[in-house]
Amino acid sequence: MSILVNKNTKVMVQGITGSTGLFHTKQAIEYGTNIVAGVTPNKGGTIIEGVPIFNTVREGIQVTGANASVIYVPPAFAADAIMEAVDGELDLVVCITEGIPVLDMVKVKRFMEGRKTRLIGPNCPGVITPGECKIGIMPGYIHQKGHIGIISRSGTLTYEAVHQLSTRGIGQSTAVGIGGDPVQGMSFVDVLKEFNGDKDTYAVIMIGEIGGTAEEEAAEWIKANMKKPVVGFIGGQTAPPGKRMGHAGAIISGGKGTAAEKIKTLENCGVAVAKSPAVMGETLISVLKEHGLLADAVQ
Amino acid sequence: MNIHEYQAKDILGKYGIAVPKGMPAFSVEEAVAAAKELGTGVVVVKAQIHAGGRGKAGGVQLAKSLDEVSSYAKELLGKILVTHQTGPAGKEVKRLLVEEGCQISKEYYLSFVLDRSTSRIVMIASEEGGTEIEEVAAKTPEKIFKEVVDPAVGLQEFQARRLAFNINISPELLGQAVKLMMTLYRVFVENDCLTAEINPLVATGDGKILALDAKLNFDANALYRHKDLLLYRDLDEEDPNEVKASEFDLSYISLEGNIGCMVNGAGLAMATMDIIKFYNGSPANFLDVGGGASAEKVTEAFKIILADENVKGIFVNIFGGIMKCDIIAEGIVAATRQVGLEVPLVVRLEGTNVILGKKILKESDLNIISADSMAEGAEKIVALVNGKAGY
Repeated sequence: MSILVNKNTKVMVQGITGSTGLFHTKQAIEYGTNIVAGVTPNKGGTIIEGVPIFNTVREGIQVTGANASVIYVPPAFAADAIMEAVDGELDLVVCITEGIPVLDMVKVKRFMEGRKTRLIGPNCPGVITPGECKIGIMPGYIHQKGHIGIISRSGTLTYEAVHQLSTRGIGQSTAVGIGGDPVQGMSFVDVLKEFNGDKDTYAVIMIGEIGGTAEEEAAEWIKANMKKPVVGFIGGQTAPPGKRMGHAGAIISGGKGTAAEKIKTLENCGVAVAKSPAVMGETLISVLKEHGLLADAVQ
Repeated sequence: MNIHEYQAKDILGKYGIAVPKGMPAFSVEEAVAAAKELGTGVVVVKAQIHAGGRGKAGGVQLAKSLDEVSSYAKELLGKILVTHQTGPAGKEVKRLLVEEGCQISKEYYLSFVLDRSTSRIVMIASEEGGTEIEEVAAKTPEKIFKEVVDPAVGLQEFQARRLAFNINISPELLGQAVKLMMTLYRVFVENDCLTAEINPLVATGDGKILALDAKLNFDANALYRHKDLLLYRDLDEEDPNEVKASEFDLSYISLEGNIGCMVNGAGLAMATMDIIKFYNGSPANFLDVGGGASAEKVTEAFKIILADENVKGIFVNIFGGIMKCDIIAEGIVAATRQVGLEVPLVVRLEGTNVILGKKILKESDLNIISADSMAEGAEKIVALVNGKAGY
């Protein structure tokens, strides 16, 4: 098993005709993802890379039965694209687009209230269940099927963690990049809940960074609810306050959102925090050993 | 994007929020002329830098005569102001705001900010104005009141009224205060602000509500739809290397250390700084070259790192996903050919096209030390830099 996506997920690509959308659609198809539809207004009726294109999300769903969408449209149009996907009642929407105005996302979140669709991102690498379904921009080949769940606010740092696991023979159940924006879809807690309920996930690596309080909220939730061991890492321990470290959400403001504070809270809640980004894999291994799970996790 | 106080007041004024009469001055003469034109008995000379805490650092002065205006302007212009927000290096004052003085009967705090945990705009107010809200929150949290705004309908008057009552605005000023709150909300949403803060908001002796200070911060991601706001950008307030990097769409931040970093991805870039520190080194910068960088962009990134005189060594840490390692390698080779390389360079490449990337570096005959993991790379560069520096 896995969370959010699997071999039965039928994926629609919004913004499939742009260069980024097209490149990653090809990669996803190569990986084996079931891409069933593309949406680009005014290009409906055409076929690209063997994928039928529709003018609207609704039309694409009606014809193909798509149940998930990935968004590659430019920032100025991305909020609209997310809302169109949510309106179509898809199960999952993954928004890769970086640079969406935050007030657009405030509206999107309000629009999503009371609707069934779940959103991952924006400004994220996407989600992958190794060997089954890759939605997003992560390099597929570094992943390996297995039992460790990964949640992260960063793209490349997720690849780093995955690489550290795969090279040690430890596979992943699902890796989810929740993105680096201040207003986003699924939070750490939302994804942790999924991993907690997935019998094939034995342990979780959670990669946070400076800014906001999502890691602290996750830590409290873990302490109260999590049945599986969690290993953490927080990026930005050396980041100066008041500076936006690339990600729109990665900023220490008003003395809040520091790495030190997050690490302390995580440790107090029973999360083993890796001392450096180079030892995320090692830290997980020692935690797996402690829980007698190592043999089961290594393939 | 941050702007100056006088620019923020300019915007507030256009929306009809009452602000003290005042004008910017770039020289002592302009400051004196401004004070003359204001013609009030007391004028305030305020240093304009993009940082808070100016008052405590001596950046705000009350002048009772034109001579005093002149001497304060002389003192402040060119002065390096060090506040708790500028860092130890401080910021040079290049602009002043000369403003009429006013009779303050009470100071309040008012702001709109984006609240990440609710994904909504929140209005915050307190009757403890004039001090920083973080300080109020630490000492007297019961004196801070909040109203969460529903984005579907925007701020409602009952919320503004409730907040005004909570912070004990006097009955005769209630109408003015409510109107100001409603207007500030409009400023916030119509300009894609991340912060709109009036501290202090004052009740004056003659029965007015006035924004005595103002701070606006705009969402950089939304500036494409607010070209007018770009006119307020002050490049003097930004690090020249950061400005240069932004021209090439690179995310770069200057730091105080001596190891230059070039990384792809913001998270990995932060983690790279952390691991350098972990091995007792000190990063000179944060630099995310992004996902789809070309060799030219990598070359520019490299040049920006080398332009920093403090850099005594460079660590390139790449996990190629979309970014291909051979592109990075080509960029490094091109940059070092163009500008030369006199400091040690450690490169860690992993991911897409890694073998090709390593081959390009090897065949370049440049003095590049390769590393197989980020830990190894960080250790190597720290050893090289610290050894050279003679620590």
